[in-house]
Amino acid sequence: MPPVLEAVDLRCERGERLLFDRLSFQVDAGRCLHIAGDNGAGKTSLLRILCGLLAPTSGEVRWRGRPIVKARDEYGADLVYVGHLNGVKDDLTASENLTTWAAMAGLAPDPGSVEQALRQLSIDRFARWPAGQLSQGQKRRIGLARLMLASQARVWILDEPFNALDRHGVQSLNHLIERRVSSAGAVILTTHQAWVAPVEVIRLDLVADPTS
Amino acid sequence: MIRTLLAVTRRDLLLGMRQRGDLANVLLFFVIVVVMFPLGVGPDKDMLRQIAPGIVWVAALLSAILSLGRLFALDHADGTLEQILISGQPLSVAVLGKISAHWLMTGAPITLLSLLLAQFFDLPAVPTVTLAASLLLGTPALSLIGAVGAALTLGLRGGGVLVTLLVLPLYVPILICGALAVESSASGLSPQPYLMVLGGLSLGAAALAPWAIAAALRVSLE
Amino acid sequence: MQIETARPSSFGFHRFAAPPEFYRLAGRLVPWFGSLAAVLAVFGLYLGFFVAPTDFQQGEVYRIIFIHVPAAWMSMFIYAIMAFWAGVGLAFNTRMSSMWACALAPTGALMTFLALWTGALWGRPAWGTYWAWDARMTSYLILLFLYIGFMALHAAIDDPRRADRAAGVLALVGVVNLPIIYFSVQWWNSLHQGASISLTRAPTMAATMLEAMFVMMFALWMYSIAAALARARAILLERERRSGWAQAAAKE
Repeated sequence: MPPVLEAVDLRCERGERLLFDRLSFQVDAGRCLHIAGDNGAGKTSLLRILCGLLAPTSGEVRWRGRPIVKARDEYGADLVYVGHLNGVKDDLTASENLTTWAAMAGLAPDPGSVEQALRQLSIDRFARWPAGQLSQGQKRRIGLARLMLASQARVWILDEPFNALDRHGVQSLNHLIERRVSSAGAVILTTHQAWVAPVEVIRLDLVADPTS
Repeated sequence: MIRTLLAVTRRDLLLGMRQRGDLANVLLFFVIVVVMFPLGVGPDKDMLRQIAPGIVWVAALLSAILSLGRLFALDHADGTLEQILISGQPLSVAVLGKISAHWLMTGAPITLLSLLLAQFFDLPAVPTVTLAASLLLGTPALSLIGAVGAALTLGLRGGGVLVTLLVLPLYVPILICGALAVESSASGLSPQPYLMVLGGLSLGAAALAPWAIAAALRVSLE
Repeated sequence: MQIETARPSSFGFHRFAAPPEFYRLAGRLVPWFGSLAAVLAVFGLYLGFFVAPTDFQQGEVYRIIFIHVPAAWMSMFIYAIMAFWAGVGLAFNTRMSSMWACALAPTGALMTFLALWTGALWGRPAWGTYWAWDARMTSYLILLFLYIGFMALHAAIDDPRRADRAAGVLALVGVVNLPIIYFSVQWWNSLHQGASISLTRAPTMAATMLEAMFVMMFALWMYSIAAALARARAILLERERRSGWAQAAAKE
C-alpha cells in the first residue's frame, strides 16, 4: 500500500531564499504529522506544496503513489485544506458559506449535516449571520466546519488551525482530528501553540540553515 | 460537471446581488462614458448617428475591463479561490461558471441598456436591434478574454491599469466586428457576416480561454 | 547561500542549457553576430539606396521601405519566436527558455517601433500624412501594444518564476490572437475605405529591390540575435547573481 501522502526530494526556493532542500517524508493512513519550525522556516510553503497550490522548485508530491500534478482532481476530492485564509465569504451567512462550498466541491451533503457541522464547532447559533459580522475565531470555525462536511476526504492539511480558537474550539478540533486519524485518514498540520496532541504524532522540524 | 458549473454560477450571482452597488457602478460607468462623447464631439445628429456604434462598443469594452476587478480578486483575498483550485472539480469548469455569472451581471445588462442608449444617438430601429445583437454575441468574448487578463494580474500592484493594457489589444477584433455589424445594418446591408464572426469569436473564446485562465490562476496563486 | 545550478552534461547542445555555459557561449557569439549585422546592413543599405532603381511613381522617397519592410517582418517573426520559447518554458518548466523569451521582447518591440516610424516617415512625403490608419500600420501598432503588455506584465511581477510564466501565458494568448487581429483590422480598413488602394503598397518590385530587402532583413535578424544574446547574458547574471559562477563572471 503506497503511503497516503509522500514528499519526494522536495526543494523550495522562494524569491531569493532556499527554504528547504532534499526533503522527503511519508504519511501513512492513520498517522498525524506535525510540522514545526520558526516563522519563515517554510512551513506554510511546505503545506501549500503538499496541497498542490505551490509547485516545488524540484521534487514531487505523491498521493497514494501518484504524482499530484497528474491526479489533481482525484487528489482534490480526497483533500481538505484549511490555510491561513479562512476561505469564508463575508457576504454569505455561515451556513450559506458551507452549502455553496459543498456544492462547488461536488459534494451533496445531507440537509442536516451543515447544521450538525456548525453545531460541532459551536457556531450553529450564527448559522444565519453574515460571516462579515463574526469574529475571526468564528470565521475560522466556519472554515474548519468543512472538515466535517467533506467526510469522504481522508487527507487533512491544516495551517495553524488552532489560531483564534478558544478552549472549546481547540477541544472540538482535537476531537475531529482524533476521529479522522483513527478512521484511516492522514492529518498534516502546523501549529505555533503548545499543542497537546490527541493522537500519536510524527514531528517534522524545519530548521533554517545557520550558514545562510 | 454541470452541477459544479451551476453551483459556481449561482454562488457568484448570489454574491453579486449582495453587493449590488458594485454592479450598478459598472453600468453607470457605461452610461456615463457613452454620454461623454456627444459632449466632446458636438450634438450634430448625423455625425452622432454615424459614430454611435463605435462609441457604444468602446464604452462596453471599457466597462467590461472595469468590472474584471471583481472577478477573481475578491475570492483571492479571502481564500475562497484557492479552495476552488483544490476542490477536486476541474478548474476550467469553475472558471466558466464564474465567467457566466460575470456576463449575466455585466454583459447582459449592457446589452439591454444599449437599446436605451441608442436613442441618444437617434439610431433607427434596425441598427438598434443589430447593436443589441452584436453586444449579445460579443460581450461573452469580452468577459472570457478579459478574465485571462484578470487572472494574470491577480494581486499585482497597479493591477487595474495593467489589465487594461493587456486586454484592450486582444479586444480589437471584437470591437471591429461589433461596430461594423451595426454600421452595415445602418447602411441597409445585412449584418449577418459580422454577427457570425462575433458569435464565432465568443464560441472560440469559450472553448479556449478557460484553459488559459486556469493556467494563469495557478501561476498567480503560487 | 549557494544555490546550485544544474550540472551540465558533457556533450551535445544540452550543455548550453546550463546558465554558465550559455553565458560564455553567448559572450563569444555576440561580436560575431554584431559584425555580421553591420556588414549586411552596410551592403543592404548600399543596394537599397544606390543600386535599386528609382521608383517612377514615388521617386527617391520610397527607399525607406528597405528599412520599413524588413523591420516589420522581424517584428512579427520575433513575436512568434518569443511566444514559442515562452510556450516551451511553460510546458517543460525550463528557466532558460522563458529567459530567452524575455530577452527577445525588447528587441521585437524595437523592430515594431522602427517599422512604425519608418512607415510614418514614408507616408508623409508619399501621401501627405504621417499616419493614415491603413491596415498594416494599424496592425503593427497593436503588435507594439502586445509587446509592451508582455514587458509590462513581466516587470510588474516580483517573483521571476511567476513573471516568466504569467508573461508566457500572455504571449501564447497573444500569438493565437494575432492572426485574428490582423484579419479583423484588414476587414475594418477595407470596409471603411471601400477603395482597394493600399496606402502603404510597395512599388512594383524590381529584382534589386527584393535583394536589398532580403539583405536588410538578414541584417536586422543578425542584429536581433546579437542584441538578444547580449540581453540574455545580462538577465542571466541578474537572476543567478547568488551563484558562484555569476559572481566570478561579474568580476571579469
